[in-house]
Amino acid sequence: MIAEHVAFGIIAAVMVAAASRVVTTRDIMHAALYLVIVLAGVAALFLLVGAEFTGITQVLIYIGAVIVLFLFGIMLTRSDFGDNEDTDYKRKFPALLTAALLLAVMVVALVDRFGTEKLPDDLSPQTTAQVSDELFSQFIVPFEAVSVLLLAALIGAIVVARREEGG
Amino acid sequence: MYLNTMLLLAAVLFCIGVYGVLARRNGVLVLMSIELILNAVNINLVAFGAFHATVVGQIFALFVITVAAAEVGIGLAIVLLLYRNRRSINLDQVDLMRG
Amino acid sequence: MGALSAVFGAEAVGEATAASGWFLENAWLIWLFPAVSFLLILLFGKRFPKGGSEIGIFAVGASFVFGVATAIQWISEVEGGGSKGAEGEYALGAGALSLAAEGESSGGVSAVSRSITWLTNGAESIGAGILIDGLAVMMIFVVTLVSLLVHVYSTDYVAGDRRYTHFFAFLSLFTASMLFFVTASTTLQMLVGWELVGVCSFALIGHWWEEKPNSNAALKAFFTNRVGDMGLIIGVSILFFAAGTFDVIGVNEAALNGTMTHTVTLAAALCLTAAVMSKSGQFFLHTWLPDAMAGPTPVSALIHAATMVVAGIFMIARLYGVFFEGYSIGGSSLNLLALIGGVTTLVGASLAFVQNDIKKVLAYSTISQLGYMVLALGVGAWTAALFHLFTHAFFKACLFLGSGSVSHAVHSFDMKKDMGGLRAHMPHTYRTFMLGTLALAGLPIFSGFWSKDEILVGTGGWGFFGGTDANGSYTIMLVMGLVTAALTGAYMTRVVYLTFFGEYRGHGTPHESGPRITAPLWILGSLAVVAGFINFPPGFQLVPESWREKFFQWVEPVGVSYFPSIKHATPSWSLAIVSVIVALAGIAAAAYYYFVRVRAVSPMATELPNGPTRRWVLARAGHSVLVNKYYLDWLYTRVIVGFVKGPLAKGTNWVNQHVIDRVVNEVGTRSVQAGNVVYHKVDQLVVDGVVNATGKISDASGEELRRMQTGKVQQYAAIMFIAATILAGIFIIVI
Repeated sequence: MIAEHVAFGIIAAVMVAAASRVVTTRDIMHAALYLVIVLAGVAALFLLVGAEFTGITQVLIYIGAVIVLFLFGIMLTRSDFGDNEDTDYKRKFPALLTAALLLAVMVVALVDRFGTEKLPDDLSPQTTAQVSDELFSQFIVPFEAVSVLLLAALIGAIVVARREEGG
Repeated sequence: MYLNTMLLLAAVLFCIGVYGVLARRNGVLVLMSIELILNAVNINLVAFGAFHATVVGQIFALFVITVAAAEVGIGLAIVLLLYRNRRSINLDQVDLMRG
Repeated sequence: MGALSAVFGAEAVGEATAASGWFLENAWLIWLFPAVSFLLILLFGKRFPKGGSEIGIFAVGASFVFGVATAIQWISEVEGGGSKGAEGEYALGAGALSLAAEGESSGGVSAVSRSITWLTNGAESIGAGILIDGLAVMMIFVVTLVSLLVHVYSTDYVAGDRRYTHFFAFLSLFTASMLFFVTASTTLQMLVGWELVGVCSFALIGHWWEEKPNSNAALKAFFTNRVGDMGLIIGVSILFFAAGTFDVIGVNEAALNGTMTHTVTLAAALCLTAAVMSKSGQFFLHTWLPDAMAGPTPVSALIHAATMVVAGIFMIARLYGVFFEGYSIGGSSLNLLALIGGVTTLVGASLAFVQNDIKKVLAYSTISQLGYMVLALGVGAWTAALFHLFTHAFFKACLFLGSGSVSHAVHSFDMKKDMGGLRAHMPHTYRTFMLGTLALAGLPIFSGFWSKDEILVGTGGWGFFGGTDANGSYTIMLVMGLVTAALTGAYMTRVVYLTFFGEYRGHGTPHESGPRITAPLWILGSLAVVAGFINFPPGFQLVPESWREKFFQWVEPVGVSYFPSIKHATPSWSLAIVSVIVALAGIAAAAYYYFVRVRAVSPMATELPNGPTRRWVLARAGHSVLVNKYYLDWLYTRVIVGFVKGPLAKGTNWVNQHVIDRVVNEVGTRSVQAGNVVYHKVDQLVVDGVVNATGKISDASGEELRRMQTGKVQQYAAIMFIAATILAGIFIIVI
């Protein structure tokens, strides 16, 4: 039990720190690398609460694919690496205010509603077999819908980003 | 472990993401901040799934991951197009919606 | 009628018989044929030797055969009083009240209803199925017959068109959707069918979308219909939550037996009325219908005259319990439905006068006749409305197809420029067009006479005409109906003169159309004559009694729980004579003007050089109002859209610029000033910091607020987040 708490504490602290850097660093490449840390932390959290399949999917898709996509995006748009003045707005006050307000409301709501609820003591892993049984029986229709969505997004991305002939 | 430890962590991540979306000028960085928001949501879904001892939370998280991947693809395509047309991906130059 | 129902007189609980029969129970096949045909034509149509039209004709032909078989089974059920021993599954109307009027024995043959569970959501399961009764059978017959004739006609009319296959595919889809709509057993299914016919209408109006006016007309039709569709969606939702079911029978029963309060019923009826106004071209949402004539003429005949536009009429008739209770039709003298119908019938008839496009005249005439039907439903003359729907489908389809035949020959729709004297060149078209005209004008023997007269009687206006037993005393509606009768005769005389008489004003020599065009014309023309014989009035002594009121007996559900007990007006000879005289007067006035005066001045001239519009200021003003269609389009595009685009947007901008900015600035500066005042007046050491901070924050937030109006996406996102946060906070505090 103690080990769990300690692990969670470390992961959480690292994640918050990395996430803060993602939104504050002036180097766009650094931001992408900090994002990797956050995503890895999320995956670790998933494993911690027994969501094995989702944790591994998180690693594969986010760290494996999405980050690579981001790196491509950074390269293709030839963003300046290194310290760059241009990444943020000069005026950060309203954004900070919005985020702080939002956090305050959420914390109040969460503490008020879930203040004493505890996770089950034995967070036995939910197996991939369980996930797939559920996914391909009860959630087969949303699953198919998401497949179509992915296909549409694929085609959409190609159409949007394609260079016009001769252009 | 309290359920709230997970939920509060997710709330913090979410708000950091919101801050990023609002304060960042660079299009790619805004997309990264959106990823932070989506991951915060996923933490919530998985935490509630564990709380209720069901895999449904995980399944929804999987859907969110899929949709997020599609969103990044489209988003980056748009940023790319923006760059091609304007030689810049600073979002404050995209003010075509001005009335 | 029935042996089972020897129930005379007042209310008595009798056992309603459920009709049964193979065709009645499998009526879903009727819409399945054209639906399959739509897919086949889309997929394989171009590989067929005739471009897929043969599939469409075959499918609609099969539907027609099944429709006739269904009708025969239904009629035999009604005539035989229904066979007993129907399985419980079908006997939804069991335990119906048998409300037999004097002289009519009615056992109430209840509708055949079959349904499957479509989807289940929690405890709520939603069915889908068919509901076949006299009303549905009549609609199936009309839709399949007119559709079949239009299919045949189209093989010639759109021959060689660039989207020939596409055209037939959509005709099939339209037929399927309309049949699905009229056989629907739930309001949700009706909604689906309603939207589907709207889509088909859109696609077919814009059939030649390369030309800008056509695609504009299609868009206008679609958007105008969307306005009403919202009404339908809201109305169906209200009915669901009030009655607890989507089932048509259940909804009607709930409205009639008082499960729903009157207020709710009225609200639902009002929403549904909005839907009727758009789909059935009622004043003031009728403006799309004349523009819809941009589509091919067979489409105008099928969709925009005979079938789709009567979807609204059908919907009122199907949910008549809701309308009857909601508007308190019985025993009243004015209600919204009757008023809309009355105004529409007058507006349509008067606008038909000033059109030079032959199809537009017919379009306005359709609006006018649809107004008649709504008026009839509004005054409680249910059977009269549907009887008029029945006869109108034939004579208006005949007129439209006739106008198509004419335009096919002269390659134009303009009566003044390119027509005239076609009587000699196109004898078949001329004769059938005349049959349709006489039916529309409501001259005796022709079908329009019987149905129009029944509507006028049903208004129950002016007791001295001798008509009795109407549902209310709607004298205003009777007057409107009579005036329209005169106008109808007059504008049709104008059309006939401009098209078929005088000298030919177009180019080349027009030729009569081929047999695939004239054959449907003759079939519809004959029906325009004889269709009225199906419902001789009860007191009509010239035919044996068993021939009278057949339509009423076959179509109107009497003695079942889902239909209100409406009264049936006894017709009077005097009203029939008056209405004929009025119609003849209209025809005579127009005939004198065109056939005598205009012809005498110059055969080529289509109006007199010093006609009434040139001599009288009032007539000229009226003419210009009519030419501009009562300025309704102007009102929509200039005033309403213009207001939103112009003054409203400008005003909002002004408020932004002046009020909000100024307030923000003022708050900032005043705070700073106030801070200064306090600084000097109050203890500097304690309050100073606070005040300055307030001033600065106000100033800064003022700056931030001013920056909101820049069109930048992220600022809008920020506002959205803040607003959502505030809302969430409010919810947390409240809950």
